[in-house]
Amino acid sequence: MSPPDDIDLTRPQFVGAKVMRREDPRLLAGQGNYVADIKRHGMVHIAFRRSDHAHALIKSVDVSAAQALDGVVAVYTGADIAALANPYQATSRMKNYQATFIPPLALDKVRYVGEAVVAVVASSRYVAEDALARIEIEYEALPVLVDPEESLKPDAPKLHDDLESNILAAREFSRGEVDEAFAAAAQTAGGRFHFTRTTPVTIEARASVAEYDKGARSLTLHCTTQIPGIVRDKLSEIFDLPGPRIRVIAPDVGGGFGGKTSLYSEEIVACAIARDLGKPVKWVSDRMEDLMTTGNAFDEIVDAEIAIAEDGKILGVKADVIGDVGAYSIYPWTATIEPVQVVSFLPGPYRIDNYAARVRAVATNKTLTGAYRGVGRPISVFVMDRLLDMAARKIGMDPAEIRRRNLVNDDEFPYKAASGLVWDKSAFQACLREAADGIGYDDLRREQEAARAEGRWVGIGIACYAELTGVGSRIAVAPGMPINTGTETCNVAIDSTGAVTASFGLASQGQGMETTLAQVVAQELGVKVEDVDIVLGDTASVSHGTGTYASRGAVFGGGAGILAAKAVHEKIVRVAGHLLEAAEEDIETGDGHVRVKGTDKSMTIRDLARALYSDMGRVPKDMRDEIDNLEATKVYDPFFGTTTSASHMCLVEIDPETYKVEIKRYIVVEDCGRVINPSIADGQAHGGVAQGVGVALMEEVVHDAAGQILTASLVDYVVPSAVEIPSIDVVHVEAELPGTVGGFRGLGEGGTIGAPACIANAISDALSPLGIEIMEIPATPERLFRLVEAARAG
Amino acid sequence: MTAKISIAVSVNGENHVAEVEPRLLLADFLRENLDLTGTHVGCEHGICGACTVLMNGDSVRSCLTFAVQADGAEIETVESLGEIDALGPLQQAFREHHALQCGFCTPGMLMTATDMLRKYPLETDDDIRDGLSGNICRCTGYQNIVAAVRSAADKRGGN
Repeated sequence: MSPPDDIDLTRPQFVGAKVMRREDPRLLAGQGNYVADIKRHGMVHIAFRRSDHAHALIKSVDVSAAQALDGVVAVYTGADIAALANPYQATSRMKNYQATFIPPLALDKVRYVGEAVVAVVASSRYVAEDALARIEIEYEALPVLVDPEESLKPDAPKLHDDLESNILAAREFSRGEVDEAFAAAAQTAGGRFHFTRTTPVTIEARASVAEYDKGARSLTLHCTTQIPGIVRDKLSEIFDLPGPRIRVIAPDVGGGFGGKTSLYSEEIVACAIARDLGKPVKWVSDRMEDLMTTGNAFDEIVDAEIAIAEDGKILGVKADVIGDVGAYSIYPWTATIEPVQVVSFLPGPYRIDNYAARVRAVATNKTLTGAYRGVGRPISVFVMDRLLDMAARKIGMDPAEIRRRNLVNDDEFPYKAASGLVWDKSAFQACLREAADGIGYDDLRREQEAARAEGRWVGIGIACYAELTGVGSRIAVAPGMPINTGTETCNVAIDSTGAVTASFGLASQGQGMETTLAQVVAQELGVKVEDVDIVLGDTASVSHGTGTYASRGAVFGGGAGILAAKAVHEKIVRVAGHLLEAAEEDIETGDGHVRVKGTDKSMTIRDLARALYSDMGRVPKDMRDEIDNLEATKVYDPFFGTTTSASHMCLVEIDPETYKVEIKRYIVVEDCGRVINPSIADGQAHGGVAQGVGVALMEEVVHDAAGQILTASLVDYVVPSAVEIPSIDVVHVEAELPGTVGGFRGLGEGGTIGAPACIANAISDALSPLGIEIMEIPATPERLFRLVEAARAG
Repeated sequence: MTAKISIAVSVNGENHVAEVEPRLLLADFLRENLDLTGTHVGCEHGICGACTVLMNGDSVRSCLTFAVQADGAEIETVESLGEIDALGPLQQAFREHHALQCGFCTPGMLMTATDMLRKYPLETDDDIRDGLSGNICRCTGYQNIVAAVRSAADKRGGN
């Protein structure tokens, strides 16, 4: 690989180095600053009385006994909050979409278990919870809809009276002649796939601290959000306050994974109450609240079929997706984000000429679904790569071989996928090849044969995927959404003390962006990494920004950081040329200095800043008027974004006594472009795969017929511990850098996208002597036991 | 129920006397009364392990322990392991192995690992994984945490 010409190789290469994270010392020493750690003078605490009905009319609410309790400051009902906050909804220009209003506290109706109904404010959380028990709410039960296939029927009871039906969104995709492709097929395979509902489970649950400054008439919200800019902009409308008088700050945030990318009712309620009372207010979610209310993930039924030719080439794919999106259309992403993405990405990295798909997003009496790591694509890949294995089995072809024959080849990029997405060049084939080499695929097949001869259930799984990352303004992250997710802003400033600050609209929830973005900016400016301060997660720092989601941080932050740093670098060079009496082209920067190339004439950037800002006379007025300051704000728009791709392979063995699946080997080979920090990039893959293991084997939100959540604790909603997660090999293929500024591709979600399919394929492979295909995950021991029992019963 | 009880607790070597409600959780006592916010609360029902502290040398869930139960006890929290500018050996191992991402589970991981390193030989990585299995990390996939504890275990000979 030859280095691209936008990087000056004479400088130390911070980009690509395993720089230790600057976040770590404070987090390791217990000196982090999470929202729950914030204390303010006179601060009061909110607790929510939540609905224990999945669907009911609220007949009456009596809060008098709660109000009378010693230590209770105030009690707010839905009507009280409605008088303090304008209504809002997630709109979309997409055809066949119906928006829902989301009342911060329920008004006349509750639509899911856990929906907030009353907010109590008290001197401590303990007292606030005491008061909750004194609130009397009379409900009139309504029919509960937990099955999306019932909910979408024309005669189903409606969750929202003002809507035409419970189908919040519907869309169809079509390319080529699917029926003809199936008629010409040598083999077809398919069936009904079910990807159950999961929930993000950040170890830090959501929290808000809201403060209102009566004198300045301004609101400050510290909250556990991934999207401070989006929250700020919406709060401005909800509270009729101009942007500068609302400051949303995401300090240290304990994981996000998409669960913190939505605007939440509790954030609005906290702001409304802080403004109403003029007191700082705090709400910290407990785990039960988190499991009941944080945006859930997935939950789709997919009827899908594949048609292949004798040589294993894919002729066509059909899919019909029903997404259970819960009670409301979540802000800002809408109910479309998860299910529509399933059909957009279902063709994956494969050459498919004939494709027909339909998707319906259906409301039910459950928690809202939102964005969770991978969004739609874990299911797309699960369905597509399961279909490939099922088809391969029918024609007796090796699963690696059928993929090799169908993955888009290097000379076919840019490739327009069947759903209309365009893949820019990415190492689809190389990832598959290197994954097979890395895991020793042929040897594993021989080991598997030997194990099978002993009667053991050993299987090998493969999954290949492509995702769009760093999606620019050309494509909305969710179809038709009216907010801009296609740009990010960076301001780089060297102040009069010579200190460098780079400010972004992004926010970090553990991705180490204080470190990686400092690496990028330091390299571009020619200063030390430790001399660049990074400001993230504060809406006061840049005029527009949205946040960190959709594998965009490296692409947008890296890109905007490079553009802004380049602009400041130009200014440095101009001033240095004057001060060092040299031509600008002879000036170079490095290690916090400017130098005249090939001479010992140099000065520190700090001295240069002093010359420009403070020592009047050293830089002539003309030049100062032209340069203004050592500061630049740049907005980066990657327009289309770029493709990240990977192949996952794993080896599993199923215990015939306990039906527990042990993952014995796991490899990820990914093309995420230029790697900024290899330790951090590997860590993203490790964590992504670990969550994918949870999705594949353990995690499932379960509702009963009454809409009650049976998984409202971490005893019942089981996430992987250190004994369930294997060691994961990660290989980065930097085949050809994409056209993004800096050559970065996004990598936050990939692990979770590939792992469920990879593991499901391995389990199916292990149980193939019994003719079992995994169509539903998580593949819990109970599900596997039942499948084996059914297969043995014939 | 809310009549206060007097307790005397040593926290990180410092003695504290306080009047607390019997229902006050040890985690809240540390965080709210003593401003030791390094101890995090992740689930309030003893599963995630983020709130793990050492009580008389044994790891306990401070979300399942009342402050009054700590009367007369010696408590160690993450703040005892080192300072920002002078990290302890286990903290340093976590840093070098990129064993944390969001950092929220980290204090609990460090305290559990401290307990393990003091008491057990930790001969295999499986031993380490078993020992850490009561602490949930959602970011790292555990691999680098295991490597960090392995490194700290191998270096502890001098203890």
